[in-house]
Amino acid sequence: MNKLLPAAVLAAAVAGVAATAPARADSIKPAILFDMGGKFDKGFNEGVYNGSQIFSKQTGIKIHEFEVQNEGQREQTLRKFAKAGDDPVLAIGFAQADGLTVVAKEYPKTKFGIIDMVVDLPNVHSFVFKEQEGSYLAGMLAAMATTTKKVGFVGGMDIPLISKFACGYVQGVKAVDPSIAVYQNMTGTTPSAWNDPVRGGELAKSQMERGADVVYAAAGATGLGVLQAVSDAGKLAIGVDSDQNYLHPGHMLTSMVKRVDVATQDFLTDAKAGKFTGGLSALGLKEGGVDVAFDKDNAAIVKPEWKAKVEAAKKDIIAGKIAVHNYMDDNKCPVS
Amino acid sequence: MSGTALRLPWWADYILLPLLNLLLALLAAGLVVVATGENPLDAVVTMVNGAFGSGEGIGYTLYYATDMIYTGLAVAVAFHCGLFNIGAEGQAYIAGLGVALVCLYLDFLPFWLVLPLAIAGAALFGAGYAAIPGWLQAKRGSHIVITTIMTNFIAYAAMEYILVNVLIKPGQMSPETRYFAPNAVLPKMDAMFAAIGVDIAATPLNLAFVVALLCIALVWVLIWHTRWGYSLRVVGASPRAAVYAGIAPAGRVIQAMLLSGALAGGVALNEVMGAQGKLLINFPSGYGFTGIAVALMGRNHPLGVLIAAILFGALYQGGAELTFDMPAISPYLVVALQGLVILFTGGLATMLRPALVRALRIGAGAR
Repeated sequence: MNKLLPAAVLAAAVAGVAATAPARADSIKPAILFDMGGKFDKGFNEGVYNGSQIFSKQTGIKIHEFEVQNEGQREQTLRKFAKAGDDPVLAIGFAQADGLTVVAKEYPKTKFGIIDMVVDLPNVHSFVFKEQEGSYLAGMLAAMATTTKKVGFVGGMDIPLISKFACGYVQGVKAVDPSIAVYQNMTGTTPSAWNDPVRGGELAKSQMERGADVVYAAAGATGLGVLQAVSDAGKLAIGVDSDQNYLHPGHMLTSMVKRVDVATQDFLTDAKAGKFTGGLSALGLKEGGVDVAFDKDNAAIVKPEWKAKVEAAKKDIIAGKIAVHNYMDDNKCPVS
Repeated sequence: MSGTALRLPWWADYILLPLLNLLLALLAAGLVVVATGENPLDAVVTMVNGAFGSGEGIGYTLYYATDMIYTGLAVAVAFHCGLFNIGAEGQAYIAGLGVALVCLYLDFLPFWLVLPLAIAGAALFGAGYAAIPGWLQAKRGSHIVITTIMTNFIAYAAMEYILVNVLIKPGQMSPETRYFAPNAVLPKMDAMFAAIGVDIAATPLNLAFVVALLCIALVWVLIWHTRWGYSLRVVGASPRAAVYAGIAPAGRVIQAMLLSGALAGGVALNEVMGAQGKLLINFPSGYGFTGIAVALMGRNHPLGVLIAAILFGALYQGGAELTFDMPAISPYLVVALQGLVILFTGGLATMLRPALVRALRIGAGAR
């Protein structure tokens, strides 16, 4: 037995060295692949960018970034990140899913993340948001605030994701008062629909001419034009993605916040701490992934009883007493 | 300043002059790179290396070039008939529908049957869509530039509607169809080379590149070696002379647009049936517009289009490498670089020509 001891010590020492190697994982080399639209889109991508910048400032770790310019670059760039030793790699947007599926299989040891889509692989963590839940609450507020019994919705590009926002919103409106009419418009059919504030403003104006006095914009930078037009007309607007209440204080009913920044920070921080796990985070009201914003800029507009009703509904949704239909489940909305 | 006084040997006109223009464009782009605080020489090395320095780089360069060969040829063919086809983008988009319908619903057929059907689908849908502005130009005198721009927007809207409401694979966010069956996808170059025992890097480069090269030869024969091509060029040069010679311009205009649209459909072959293996939203990504620059730079000659397409493919691929390796250089700077290349090689193509004539005359000695 004695003879074996040195060997055991040696083995333990080797194991110790091996065990300390991953401990150096706190110096990670993160990379982010932004979607088309770029990291300064005043919305979705920029939320991710802001979250990553906070992480960068806190840790001093630089982030390797790339902005996709065409379809061919998605898979190519993910592979290049992995090949260059970048780890973890975060892909932004639902359109990255197919490329990520291929590359994550090729590099099973690299940690990947994706926002807005599910990729079911052991080395991928997927973040999706229950936008319908936050939009439901926004719809309730709109229904309580309207005096004309007409409210509006301006979407960006006409894709299922935006219909998911719209459908949650309509459900919230109808839950308060089924007789309220909801006018819905999509800005366009190309990615430029995310970046057309003038057209957004025009759509909002036409909805207001038809009587709408609350308009919800889920349209990226196009939404900025919606908020401007609504505020100019002295009506109420609802912002999206980040808390946009500060843009037009007194004319912003609320903002449906989608915390991509927090998801990004969590992803990077977990990876740095060596706590990365594959799997899915479906971030809804319960997880603080979506919410409606109450702050000083809309405190004067939101009556306490509205807020109380919204908080009650929020509790019911979290408890499962209210089921908000997800448009993406069947590409249909039960109400319109 | 008569025409003969400005005559240059062919190599000066077709090789030296474009090279000088390209050099000027790179110099101007270098100044922009300096302004961002990066070393322009490093930037050029990174770009060239990224585009041609590895098997993967070459594969991607040629993959991008494939799209631009198709759209470049489409613009060039229309141009020979005096038509400025801005609508290659929309024609390629609609052609994607033709390809997808074949690949989605006829995938029980073997590959050697799916391939010609898909090519026919791309060509028919592209040509059919180009026929509308062609007919409007020929019979109603509606200007082709205006109508092709308008048909682009109609194509965006129509394809968006079809993808979101009809062809989408249910339960997913991205407006795109399901993947085509393996026998309805064009083989990738790496797979084809692997089959004969040669190992090359995996890239989206696929069989559509070979078809594109065939199209170059086809266009060359059609435009310069057939009676039909001659009549097309006569209409382009002078419609009135064409009438005098007994050629009906209206027919040629429509036929030129049909061929142009069919060629633009090649983008769908490369992207939908080749690189992606599914129909997805916005797949033409602006290749239709880049095709205008490619045709302009290639002087509307098929070989020129090939060279210009490879150059632009290199700019796309090298540019991506540049922003990957040098984060200070934004993707928009790469777009600016492409713009400078278009400006100097297209817009200012003949700026240096008089100086070149003088320089060569001195070099050759006075006659």
